[in-house]
Amino acid sequence: MKRKNNAFFRWFYGETDPMQGKVEMRPQREYAPKEGEIRELLADHQTLRERIYDVEDNGKLWFFDRLYRAAAVFFCLALIFILLVNVSWLPPSGGADNPVNNEVSARYIENGLQETGAVNIVTGMILDYRAFDTFGESNVLFIATVTVLILMRLDPEKKAPAKKGVPVYQKPEDELTVAQAQANDRVFEPKKDVILQQVAGFLVPVIVIFGIYVILNGHLSPGGGFSGGAIIGAGLILYLNAFGFEKTERFFTEKTYKWVCFAALTFYCLAKSYSFFTGANGLESGIPLGTPGAILSSGLILPLNICVGLVVACTMYAFYALFRKGGF
Amino acid sequence: MRFVQNFPFFSIILSMFAGIVSSVLPPRAAKWVNTVLIVTVGVMSAALLTFLSGTGEPFVYRMGHFPAPWGNEIRAGVLEAGMALFFCIIMLLSMAGGRKKLIGEVEYSKHSLYYIMVDLLLSSLLALVYTNDLFTAYVFVEINTISACGLIMIRQNGRTIEAAVRYMIMSLLGSGLFLMGLCTLYDLTGHLLMSNIRESVEQIMEQGVYTVPLAITIGLISAGLAIKSALYPFHTWLPDAYGYSTVSSAAMLSSLVSKGYIFLLIKIIYRVIGFEAFAQSKIIDVLFVFGVLGMIFGSVSAIRENDIRRMIAFSSVAQIGYIYMGMGLGTQIGMTASVFHILSHAATKSLLFIAAIGLTDVSRGSRRFIDLTGAGYRHKMAGAAFTVGALSMVGIPMFSGFVSKLLFAEASVGHFYKMLPAVIALAVSTILNAIYFMKTAIRIYVPERRMGREVITAGQEPVYAAVLVCFILLNIALGMLSQPIVEWIGTGLSMFG
Repeated sequence: MKRKNNAFFRWFYGETDPMQGKVEMRPQREYAPKEGEIRELLADHQTLRERIYDVEDNGKLWFFDRLYRAAAVFFCLALIFILLVNVSWLPPSGGADNPVNNEVSARYIENGLQETGAVNIVTGMILDYRAFDTFGESNVLFIATVTVLILMRLDPEKKAPAKKGVPVYQKPEDELTVAQAQANDRVFEPKKDVILQQVAGFLVPVIVIFGIYVILNGHLSPGGGFSGGAIIGAGLILYLNAFGFEKTERFFTEKTYKWVCFAALTFYCLAKSYSFFTGANGLESGIPLGTPGAILSSGLILPLNICVGLVVACTMYAFYALFRKGGF
Repeated sequence: MRFVQNFPFFSIILSMFAGIVSSVLPPRAAKWVNTVLIVTVGVMSAALLTFLSGTGEPFVYRMGHFPAPWGNEIRAGVLEAGMALFFCIIMLLSMAGGRKKLIGEVEYSKHSLYYIMVDLLLSSLLALVYTNDLFTAYVFVEINTISACGLIMIRQNGRTIEAAVRYMIMSLLGSGLFLMGLCTLYDLTGHLLMSNIRESVEQIMEQGVYTVPLAITIGLISAGLAIKSALYPFHTWLPDAYGYSTVSSAAMLSSLVSKGYIFLLIKIIYRVIGFEAFAQSKIIDVLFVFGVLGMIFGSVSAIRENDIRRMIAFSSVAQIGYIYMGMGLGTQIGMTASVFHILSHAATKSLLFIAAIGLTDVSRGSRRFIDLTGAGYRHKMAGAAFTVGALSMVGIPMFSGFVSKLLFAEASVGHFYKMLPAVIALAVSTILNAIYFMKTAIRIYVPERRMGREVITAGQEPVYAAVLVCFILLNIALGMLSQPIVEWIGTGLSMFG
């Protein structure tokens, strides 16, 4: 049989490698710390064993070690038992006479569409009836990112305005600098993975568009800001993995993150404050509900969904970037 | 509706908004936003308090266009407004007193993040105080937990990270139990609003169905909030968290965060379960027993401690024990004593933390007692303030601690079988308190002959000195003007019903 001389067959017979020169082919190394570091770690470990966890000579420690394990098992079993007893006494699930089937859920189901304009009752409930709780919930997300920023963000050194008699903050010696973290970022991952880039090229637009669809239709169909934002965030992370920080930093830096989150949460805060204030003081809010079922309907729910979606998407992406190299 | 009735809502939303705005501000601006916020909220709470004392009627505030069981709602009475005012005062003083340390212990670029945490902490405390809805309470418990965790670990060294992890685990366990209790309660009553649950609970009590799950629910909620406020056997996260975090955080954690949860529990007792139903349940005895144990073992741990910050932290365990002991008595006067002790302990413990920093500063940063010898002479203001705090904690007349101990003793005397353990525990705990606080007070006033130690006068740190003076005055005010305060607590508690 005559051998065909095209790229596929050449690759098939092992004559050429189409990825040569395109993908950075660096064989993965196993992580091997330096010898000095290993010795230091071993010495620390030994000291710990001898001084603190000296179980053989320290009877008290031995006793409490055992006691804690036994107590933990005992408490877990006790809690399981109590909760099982509790469940066995609760009203049967799905019963028509259950206390949960009362006027509260009845009004949500019967009047939800008229009062909030949202076809999706759940969205109407979380963003209109109980919007205060949801605002708290998006603040939980916000503060969770702030906590991760505290823990993971590496800052270039910046001095506080000097004051007499005030000690200056000293960075711990073993903390990575920003440059080191950036260098570390690529050690174990190949650059320019063509396969990943091709797939991401197909998938990312689809994912992001789907996310936007879920957010914009939050008041009409299942979904909303939280789920749509998570989808967009996943798309962004995939894009980052395929193309690296150089590409994403063109449109998404820490500054973008900061201002997008700020704008979204500020809008949410102001819009809802207006609505709470007018509601509590018996004023008309003057926000039209529109025709139920149309995209532009149900008053504040659509813009609020967009805000929540933005916050969630940025939060997901920020978490990923922070855990990867301590910044954007 | 009067304009002043909007103030609870304004305070909560303003503090959340301040947190959001601070995320784009430079540290200096964030600091000012924070200070202005605390002052504004304090002024609004004071106005609300005067308004409510005038009308004598609590009011509910509808959050949005939908009435209560469907929409959200907050509620304000005298006690809530007063607590909000008090929390603001303590927070302002703690922030001002620890600001110098913050610069030395926290990276400058992360100061804005610190102020975001404080703003949101304030919002969650206010929401816990004003809420009339159990789910709102849960959402803000989450904010409170996360921000407290951030406040602990923003000073980044190994010990604070470990402390934050411990705090997180214990605190999430508490949140989990609280949430489970809340779910069961919803399943039993079909409501999340406090007043509606109260009605359903009364029906359940009358009909006699679902009494077992109701008891378990009360247990879960109490245990969850007790873990979060560091009641005795669940206190292991506390000494590291208070001992190693930056000083403003320690002062706020000990005096505000745990108090917020206790206040929520008190609110649940009165407004959800009903005081009588709670007093009849067996849970109250459990709280009493652990409170008494905490009073004694917390103090014993404090005596064994060789680090002044950790000693003060362990003392908190004992004081939380007092509060739960008072709640465990199951009488109105016991509850009044507990609420008074919340105030008294918050004012004194933050004073002690702030003053201890001044003492360690003049002892080359060492926190061991041997190095603190004579520190009271080297930093006269901090020494005097620490002594006042110590005297107050021990229960010397004129200071706030005396009044709360007196109230606890009065409350326990009336009780049939809890009188003896309560009074004995009070006596033992007072002696133990005296041992470790007087030991420290004597230690800092023992003349030190070695030369070359740094001396700091009040003139060098005017803000710090002013903060200490305010704390001392607050303490004396609580101790000398106790009668109107106790009356105010009484009216506030009766407004809960």
